[in-house]
Amino acid sequence: MSILINKDTKVITQGITGKTGQFHTEKCQEYANGKECFVAGVNPKKAGEKIFDIPIYASVKEAAAETGATVSVIYVPPAGAAAAIWEAAEADLDLAICITEGIPVRDMLEVRNMMKKKVAAGGKETLLLGPNCPGLITPDEIKIGIMPGHIHRKGRIGVVSRSGTLTYEAVAQLTEIGLGQSSAVGIGGDPINGLKHIDIMRMFNDDPDTDAVIMIGEIGGPDEAEAALWCKANMKKPIVGFIAGVTAPAGKRMGHAGALISGGADTADAKLAIMEECGFTVTRNPSEMAKLLKAML
Amino acid sequence: MKIHEYQGKEILRKFGVTTPRGVPCFSVDEAVAAADTLGGKVWVVKAQIHAGGRGKGGGVKVAKSIDELRQYATDILGMQLVTHQTGPEGQKVRRLLIEEGADIKKEYYVAALTDRATQKVAMMASSEGGMDIEEVAHSTPEKILKVFVDPAIGLTDEQALFLSNGIGVPEGSTAQAVDTLKKLYTTYMETDCSLAEINPLILEGNGTIKALDAKFNFDANALYRHPEIVAYRDLDEEDADEIEASKFDLAYISLDGNIGCLVNGAGLAMATMDTIKLFGAEPANFLDVGGGATAEKVTEAFKIMLKNPKVKGILVNIFGGIMRCDTIATGVVTAAREVHLSVPLVVRMKGTNEEIGKQILRDSGLPIIAADTMADAAQKIVDAVK
Repeated sequence: MSILINKDTKVITQGITGKTGQFHTEKCQEYANGKECFVAGVNPKKAGEKIFDIPIYASVKEAAAETGATVSVIYVPPAGAAAAIWEAAEADLDLAICITEGIPVRDMLEVRNMMKKKVAAGGKETLLLGPNCPGLITPDEIKIGIMPGHIHRKGRIGVVSRSGTLTYEAVAQLTEIGLGQSSAVGIGGDPINGLKHIDIMRMFNDDPDTDAVIMIGEIGGPDEAEAALWCKANMKKPIVGFIAGVTAPAGKRMGHAGALISGGADTADAKLAIMEECGFTVTRNPSEMAKLLKAML
Repeated sequence: MKIHEYQGKEILRKFGVTTPRGVPCFSVDEAVAAADTLGGKVWVVKAQIHAGGRGKGGGVKVAKSIDELRQYATDILGMQLVTHQTGPEGQKVRRLLIEEGADIKKEYYVAALTDRATQKVAMMASSEGGMDIEEVAHSTPEKILKVFVDPAIGLTDEQALFLSNGIGVPEGSTAQAVDTLKKLYTTYMETDCSLAEINPLILEGNGTIKALDAKFNFDANALYRHPEIVAYRDLDEEDADEIEASKFDLAYISLDGNIGCLVNGAGLAMATMDTIKLFGAEPANFLDVGGGATAEKVTEAFKIMLKNPKVKGILVNIFGGIMRCDTIATGVVTAAREVHLSVPLVVRMKGTNEEIGKQILRDSGLPIIAADTMADAAQKIVDAVK
């Protein structure tokens, strides 16, 4: 088992004809069951054509209707990415994964509020992962996104992180000491996003095939603290936690749009403290994440 | 992106918010001429730098005669203005704002910012204007009122009225306060701000509501659709190395330590900095080369790091995913040769084509120290610069 996606998931690629979309679609197809999983692409100008044997449709709705796909991955450039997310939501998909980096915050505010309103009005909820994220992977089954597939190994540890390369770091450490992953999820580095740490922790808690979790955060925003408080009351599995940015100065955007200290509560030290209080095994040494987790199993 | 107060007020006026009349000036003569044009008997001389706390640092003076104004303008132009936001070295004042005096009866605080938790725009207001708002938030949080705005609806009359009444705007000025709040919200959305703050918003003796200050930050992701905002950019207010780095699409931030670091990915870059500190040294910079680093980009990154005279050693930490370790290794070797690297260099590589990358480093004949983990790399560079 796994969370969110597995070998039977059928995926639509929005932005499949762009350079990034093509490059990563090919890599995703090559990974595990990818050939069966990536069933459709979307581009209104190229409907009816094929790319890597994947049929292209004019809209997400049509692609979903024709192929039965329930998940989309979005590589559409920033100016059109929020509209692409909304198209996935309007097509009632289960999950949209937005890889695109650099989407204006106002666009994300607008689309997130539209998505919430749709659900409040009784519409189907489409989960959003990202934007500005590496995607997610269930090793040996399916990879949706831009992570290097070969560092993963099937197993029973969940990984969740805002940062792409820090997710890979945790995964590689786990694989190296013989611990595989159930799913590894990058929730992205933007201030306004979809699924947050708390949502992914909930899913790992409910997943019978996840035994323990590495949760990685960074400076900026309230999400890690919120997740920690939820875990204190509900989480039944051991967690190793790390927060990047102890040395980051306040008021400076550290690469990620969301990695910005704006008050006293969203520094790395404050987040590490609350995670520790909530029962996480926290470390200030990111090279030790997997080793610490192994000691707890 | 940040802008100056006078630019912020230009934007506010464009959206219909009342501000004092003022003229931006680059010289003492211009300042005197501006006072002449504005007329009246009292003027405010305000240093224009991208940092708060200017008044406390001596960058804002009230002049009651032209002679006084000339003196203040002379004193402030060219000074190194030190505030709690500039660091101890301060920021050189190159521009002034000369403004008509205001008849301040009461000072309020109003601001708009994006609230991550609710995913709405938070409009905030306080009766404690003219003070450091973080201090107010800390000591008397009940004096800051907030409403959360649905972007599809905008700030409603009810919400604006709640804020206006809550901070004690007198009845005769309520309509203008409500109007100002709604216009501030519109400004925030239309110009893609990440912060729009008026502190203080004042009530004058005659009941007029005016924006006496203006602080704006803009969402870097949205600048492509705001050439009018980009035109406000003042490179004198930015770190020269950060500007240079941004030309090569490198995310670079100068810090105070002596270990330069070059990493791919923002999270891993921060984690690398943190590990350096954990092993007893301080990072000299944050540098994310991003996902598509080429040999050229790595070379530029080395040049920018080495411009900093404090750098005594460099740590390269790469997790090769889509970007392969051999590409990075080639880049590192090329860069080290081109810049005649004379400080210790530790390289840690992991991921795709790791072994080929390490071989390239070994074959280069350069004194590159290889490391297996981030911790190992940090330990080695800290030892090497001792």
